[in-house]
Amino acid sequence: MDRANQSTVFSLCRNVRFWLTAIAVALLVACDGRAWNNPYPKSDRDDGVIVDYASFDSPPKTLDPARSYSAPEAMFNAQIYEPPLQYHFLKRPYQLEPLTLVAMPTVERFAKNGELVQSNEREVVETRYTMTLKPGIFYQPHPAFAKAGAAYLYHHLSRKQVDGISGLADFTTVGSRELTAADYVYQIKRLAHPDVQSPIFSFMANIINGLDEFHDQLQQVKAELKQTNSSQGFIDLRQYQVTGVKVLDRYRYQITIKGDYRQFIYWLAMPFFAPMPWEADQFYSQPGMRQKNMVLDWYPIGTGPYMLAENNPNRRIILERNPYYHEDLFPATGEANDEANGFLKNKAKSLPMIDRIVYTLEKESLPRWNKFLQGYYDNSGISSDSFDQAIAIDHHGNPQLTDELKQKQVRLYTSVEPSIFYLGFNMKDKVVGGDGERTRKLRQAISIAVDYDEYIHIFLNGRGVAAQGPIPPGIFGYQSGQQGINPIVYQWRQHQLQHRSLTDAKRLLAEAGYPAGKDKLTNKPLVLTYDIATNGGPEQYAQIAWMRKQFAKLGIQLLVNATHWNRFQDRIRRGRSQLFFMGWNADYPDPENFFFLLYGPNGKVEHGGENASNYNNPVFDQLFRQMRSMPNDNKRLAVIEKMLAIVRQDAPWVWGLHPKTFLLSHKWNDPVKQSSIINGTLKYYSLDPVQRSLARRQWNTPIKWPLYLVGMLLLSLVLYAANAYRKRERKMVKRR
Amino acid sequence: MVTYLVRRLLYAIPVVVGVNLFTFALFFMVNSPDDIARAHLGNKYVSEKMIANWKAQHDYDKPLFINQARQGVAKLTDTLFFIKSIRLFAFEFGMSDGGRDIGADVRQRMLPSLMIAVPVLLLGLLTNITIAMLMTFFRGTRVELVTSVMCIAMMSVSTLFYIIIGQYVVARLLRLVPISGYSDGWFALKFILLPVVISVVAGIGSSARWYKTIFIEEIYKDYVRTARAKGLSELKVMLNHVLQNAMIPILTGIVVIIPLLFLGSLLMESFFGIPGMGSYTIDAISLQDFAIVRVIVFLGTLLYIFGLILTDLSYILVDPRVRLD
Repeated sequence: MDRANQSTVFSLCRNVRFWLTAIAVALLVACDGRAWNNPYPKSDRDDGVIVDYASFDSPPKTLDPARSYSAPEAMFNAQIYEPPLQYHFLKRPYQLEPLTLVAMPTVERFAKNGELVQSNEREVVETRYTMTLKPGIFYQPHPAFAKAGAAYLYHHLSRKQVDGISGLADFTTVGSRELTAADYVYQIKRLAHPDVQSPIFSFMANIINGLDEFHDQLQQVKAELKQTNSSQGFIDLRQYQVTGVKVLDRYRYQITIKGDYRQFIYWLAMPFFAPMPWEADQFYSQPGMRQKNMVLDWYPIGTGPYMLAENNPNRRIILERNPYYHEDLFPATGEANDEANGFLKNKAKSLPMIDRIVYTLEKESLPRWNKFLQGYYDNSGISSDSFDQAIAIDHHGNPQLTDELKQKQVRLYTSVEPSIFYLGFNMKDKVVGGDGERTRKLRQAISIAVDYDEYIHIFLNGRGVAAQGPIPPGIFGYQSGQQGINPIVYQWRQHQLQHRSLTDAKRLLAEAGYPAGKDKLTNKPLVLTYDIATNGGPEQYAQIAWMRKQFAKLGIQLLVNATHWNRFQDRIRRGRSQLFFMGWNADYPDPENFFFLLYGPNGKVEHGGENASNYNNPVFDQLFRQMRSMPNDNKRLAVIEKMLAIVRQDAPWVWGLHPKTFLLSHKWNDPVKQSSIINGTLKYYSLDPVQRSLARRQWNTPIKWPLYLVGMLLLSLVLYAANAYRKRERKMVKRR
Repeated sequence: MVTYLVRRLLYAIPVVVGVNLFTFALFFMVNSPDDIARAHLGNKYVSEKMIANWKAQHDYDKPLFINQARQGVAKLTDTLFFIKSIRLFAFEFGMSDGGRDIGADVRQRMLPSLMIAVPVLLLGLLTNITIAMLMTFFRGTRVELVTSVMCIAMMSVSTLFYIIIGQYVVARLLRLVPISGYSDGWFALKFILLPVVISVVAGIGSSARWYKTIFIEEIYKDYVRTARAKGLSELKVMLNHVLQNAMIPILTGIVVIIPLLFLGSLLMESFFGIPGMGSYTIDAISLQDFAIVRVIVFLGTLLYIFGLILTDLSYILVDPRVRLD
């Protein structure tokens, strides 16, 4: 090697050494002396405070309680906002209880002549709910409440002042004030605000007296503001009144609804009916705030146990304990086994028990799962990819944890979701719909042939329950065992549920006029169209193939129309589908919320309602009206049984399945009773951070030798190349 | 050169308008404004009144291209296409259909994308050129054979496989770095290390082979023979002559993508939880947020055109024979 080359190589070596040292130093700085794979920065460490680490898989679209209507959003909102009612954390079936009220609302029903109705015998035209708030509940600290004397500090900011602000943390002064009845009324008015676009407005406009008219009034106000070119974005809703919503005094308000819709009380446990201070609306309406993403969608103001400390929906969301949270205690009583299961370990303790919750955006299931195994998430669901690593099915078909998880002392909780996924028939279709005997038998035959037990086994790893009707387990009206079976599809033999045989299905098909799947009159094979919304994933193709196979068992040909969600919805709305796959997740734990999916006046095509099958049976509708205004007692159960018998016989749906949720929880978490209806559960959570810290350290010691191995391998390659180069250079010289 | 640049910039205007028009047409062939409104309002209890209200609030109640109800220029300007597109040219991205300021989101997400993309480009270039040069140097030997076979094997494996295996081995089994996530400042280093290494390794197969082809083509040219005849060492021949002359085809492929680095990587960002532009794009498509999609396409078009101009300029730097007139 000549001198020039030698110096080049040495210089390269020096550079490499410099960069390796620099990288090593940077890594050491980044690793901060802790486990190398710890994904949380120093600022997130649980020094003196108890932190819960969780994940979210899609950013919330909005945290405005008037707009938010999905589970990923409820996960945050339910911890921040406090509607007047909540569900008892431990009691099942679910029981409503006051949250910010001193007692449950007083309910008065009125007849047409304005007289109070005491029994179910008279027609109710109006129902009045009166709520009385607990005094002394305060909002979280927020700049919208900051005052200098009587004047609000930040309600009249100039555009220039707003431009100099990048987030709420830039406001140096914060304030708070007591929760009043007017705040609840203000929020109900927001549901009708044209700019808010609340998803439940149309529904509530048919329920709450005067809400629809209020919406029209606001539209007019908006139009007038536009005509006068007013730049004022804030419409002070306190100046306009809804006839059915009144503030009675500082702590009392009243809602009057049309008719006798007893399920309205459940809505009072949802964030839609949480309080909203007018100050928040005024504060966020200032010019320039929206351009900074400083809006109610991203910066909520609540009275709940937690407040939003950081909202970066692209990366992470942090909730912190609300320093002004009112007195709230863990329930002292629960159900019979709750004490034994450890669910009452924290009874009568002050809530919340965790100081901070760090949610990290984790879009893919594999990283999320691996982080749970490393102890960086406190709880985890189980995706299909990781099911075998988490669950082993024992000889009795029961799910058990795998050895790896048992060693980590992970707990498994299972619960059935208050949801249903079903295969619907369009009852307006000539071939599969209508109330004739022929089409009914065809639907019954298909109901037997489509084996959802098999579906649950193949596609859900057993995480589901085959539905016997529209009502899921845990909802009043659901009955297990022999009493609850759908006799069209199942039979009860030797104390077990047994799917009817294909012979029964074929017999029904022949009686329907399609022996062996061929039309008796034309001798042509029966061809049906199946609509499904697809995301194009490979699993969905397998599911479609499975569905074709179910129909092929009867000799029926299935044409599959797999489209995107918009087109699918459009076909359902126009009544162009024949069979379709759909689901429903309960808004509240009442059978009405499932039966209304089959109520005639809710038909999708004629009324734009949620009855996608367009099922219309006057007897069922009559029973529905009767059932929805009954309390949960034996009489109601008897009516429900009649309704179930009718819909099972008519078979407008192949009843499908109720999904089961599996939740894994690390040993450092205290046992928590599972609930799919209650969202505001974080205040009941508690954990031992010391135990977690020890486990993390134990599970995450880095294995360094492969690093050295790779380093040596690279070094050997460099040396080999250098040597080969040297030899070759010499060889060339010799040749010359 | 200035004339050339001005001409290229003028050519860019119809291209940007055309791409914008095409995106607009494609998007609305698949989705109607009603569909977009339904996607944002949710699936439950949505009434026609709510849809009409949403559309009016987001200007989706306007005709797509021609407003017959208006007179004169307003026929063209009071349309959805004009309202949604014209502001882009002033870099006013407006609000997303979900209600967030797009400009703020883009600014926030560009840095994480660049944190991955720039090291991947630089390290990838360094690694691939080094391997390609070694393969060229050892041409005709078993070293080249083994390296070529390895490159083909590496090319045949999907990026997703590298990601899953990389996360499993490095982050889960060896526990050397976090599996996913992102942070600000120095702490970000331990999050970007694995995606960068995986991206570089995943790109070696195809890029090293491509560069080798270029080097091999150069190595048999007369100027290389002349350089050797002058007594230059093989290292100098490779670095000072072959590499310099091979830069034009390499730059053609590289410079054009430099501006596009801002747009991030869809797969990497999703799997590693990097809050960059790639995951922003994916989210916007899945949420049917047309406002974001059109901004991304607009930015992509501009950056691509900018990349092409940069490529032309870079030719001048590496090849004195090139003149831009």
